Amino acid sequence: MLDYIWLVPFLPLFGFVINGLVGARLPRRVVGIIACGTVGLAFLISLTAFFVLPDQPVPDKVLYSWIKVGDFKADFAFQIDPLSIIMILIVSGVAFVIHIYSIGYMHDDPGYSRYFAYLNLFVCAMLLLVLANNFLMMYIGWEGVGLCSYLLIGFWYERKSAADAGKKAFIVTRIGDFGFALGIMLIFKTFGTIDISEVMHLAQGRFEVGAPILTAITLLLFLGAVGKSAQIPLYVWLPDAMEGPTPVSALIHAATMVTAGVYMIARCNVLYSLSPTSLMLVAIIGCATAIYAASIGLVQNDIKRVLAYSTISQLGYMFMACGVGAFAAGIFHLMTHAFFKALLFMGAGSVIHALAGEMDIRHMGGLKRYMPTTYKTFLIAALAIGGIFPFAGFFSKDEILWRAFEQNYILWAIGVITAAMTSFYIFRLVFKTFAGESRVEKEKLVHVHESPRVMTVPLVILGVMSVIGGLAGVAKAFPLLGMSRFFSEKLNILRFLEPVTGGHHAEVGEAVGLERWLMLASLLIALLGIYIAYQFYVRNPQLPKRLARRLGRAYNFVLNKYKVDELYDFIFVNPAKRFSVFLWRIWDDRIIDGIVNGVAGFFKVCGLIGRRVQTGYVQTYILLIIIGAVIIIWYCL
Amino acid sequence: MVPLSYYLLLSAVLFSIGAVGVLIRRNVLIMFMSIELMLNAVNLSFVAFSRFLDSLEGQVFVFLVMAVAAAEVAVGLAIIICIFRNKATVNVDEINLMKG
Repeated sequence: MLDYIWLVPFLPLFGFVINGLVGARLPRRVVGIIACGTVGLAFLISLTAFFVLPDQPVPDKVLYSWIKVGDFKADFAFQIDPLSIIMILIVSGVAFVIHIYSIGYMHDDPGYSRYFAYLNLFVCAMLLLVLANNFLMMYIGWEGVGLCSYLLIGFWYERKSAADAGKKAFIVTRIGDFGFALGIMLIFKTFGTIDISEVMHLAQGRFEVGAPILTAITLLLFLGAVGKSAQIPLYVWLPDAMEGPTPVSALIHAATMVTAGVYMIARCNVLYSLSPTSLMLVAIIGCATAIYAASIGLVQNDIKRVLAYSTISQLGYMFMACGVGAFAAGIFHLMTHAFFKALLFMGAGSVIHALAGEMDIRHMGGLKRYMPTTYKTFLIAALAIGGIFPFAGFFSKDEILWRAFEQNYILWAIGVITAAMTSFYIFRLVFKTFAGESRVEKEKLVHVHESPRVMTVPLVILGVMSVIGGLAGVAKAFPLLGMSRFFSEKLNILRFLEPVTGGHHAEVGEAVGLERWLMLASLLIALLGIYIAYQFYVRNPQLPKRLARRLGRAYNFVLNKYKVDELYDFIFVNPAKRFSVFLWRIWDDRIIDGIVNGVAGFFKVCGLIGRRVQTGYVQTYILLIIIGAVIIIWYCL
Repeated sequence: MVPLSYYLLLSAVLFSIGAVGVLIRRNVLIMFMSIELMLNAVNLSFVAFSRFLDSLEGQVFVFLVMAVAAAEVAVGLAIIICIFRNKATVNVDEINLMKG
């Protein structure tokens, strides 16, 4: 069965080809069935692979020997191990659910088939990325998801803001991609191969901890991750990416593409473990991004923007996990985050759809009686992201905070503060959108309705996953009495990933008590966040306005995202634009065209001069004949 | 004895005057006269060489040249008269049909 693993990325590719080439002429039903069917089948195959995966390492499945030049070898080949299995499950599963949701959301859109074609291509590229057995294949997938992100963000390309956002996403992630490419080249130069497992194997044998070449490689790879996964300083494209359709935001910018960076670091955990400097940088940037993005999310008024900054913040958590060596915990959080963030985005999409495009939470409110399913699932997701027991986010976030505590108190403290901010801003969203009195415009209020089943069923599915997803990573220390043993030994994602990520051998008895105290602490902090949000937005709605006025300048600064976009514009964008204009007007128009036209002009002048020989004046001709004769005779004599 | 070079110099000068005359004068008849002058200059140098090399070949060639000159003048003048009948001018610049 594992031999058929190549079908997993190729089924969606097939869907892309069909929908892309002839989709516009097919009935909508068929387009939807092809798109969802291919991803659904891919999910089923992934599920089967999960169950038949043996304990020993499985050899890579080679499809086609692509490049072989001297020492350099790169095949179309797939690596099947716990990490890639988990990733394909998450990607295909969440993608399938979102595809179904999209059938409803994009129902009236003229670009229906184009949308599903791009979405299928994206799923294919992402699956290639996570299944790749060598860095070049991974890079292909990496670039592929970047391309699809550009295409899908700018899906409504006639809108200038959407087209600009697509460009911004592609260009900013390109900076990271450049680092990634350099990293791959350095890997080849150092190890003589770009096969991932070979590289990991050689690294362990040849280099000792802290080797500078490994630090260089890991830093370059991390640069790629920073771009793709929207960390400081390359996060600026993600909030703008909300210009795309909401299911796109859910799939690409919450559950899958942005997690590619985390996956890459987890995949290369051997290299990172050998470079403590890089690891520390990863942890610091992850931690800083987490709290920074959370602070911006506190005050945004666009529902999708809040979720975008929330994504950046949660990605920071995942990087922080990797940075303290808890790679499996990072992947665990990746999984739970995929569930609840996709759910949050889809719920937001449901609201936007019902309100005919309204995205400002200041014009929402009281929607829970009109959209009960959306409300309930959104609430579940909010509880999950807030880290409230027993929802998924509690377990994954807690694992990260516990491992961070072991490493560095400061990281833990910042993580906890961010957790409080997270629950605050997400419940701010919940209360302002669904609770209280309705601030919706009168005309829109008439049309408010719950979304059709094709949109609400995916919400429910993800809601269920957000509830039970945490059980995959129940820590040993968790006080569930007898059940805990079952969960933490049989059904545990952290143990499942051990062959890939290396184990953190904390056996029972070691600091269990401390871990339980920390769990309690983070739970209380999260509840505190909810309580404050409740005070601010349900009991005392004037409070936030008064606070905003009191903090005047500071409030505006945070509302304007710390003016980072303006800063980048000043330092990078405007000089680049001026340089481009220079290249265009002066270099291209004047100099290059001048040279080309000049060559032509030169010949023209030559012609003008040469023309004067033909005077039509016979005497001139005779004169020249005589002169010529004289010269020849002179020469001969 | 008059040195050979004097004859040759005279011949050269006459030739140059004829050449310049062809180039500069605008009247067709004057141009013809200049051409005759050139031919005769050459005749002079032939005869001078014949005298100094004690050979009759130079003088024989002079006969040839004179015959050719006569024929050429006959034909040339016939053409000029035809042109004059059409264009009513003997100014070379005005019978130039070439453009530019």
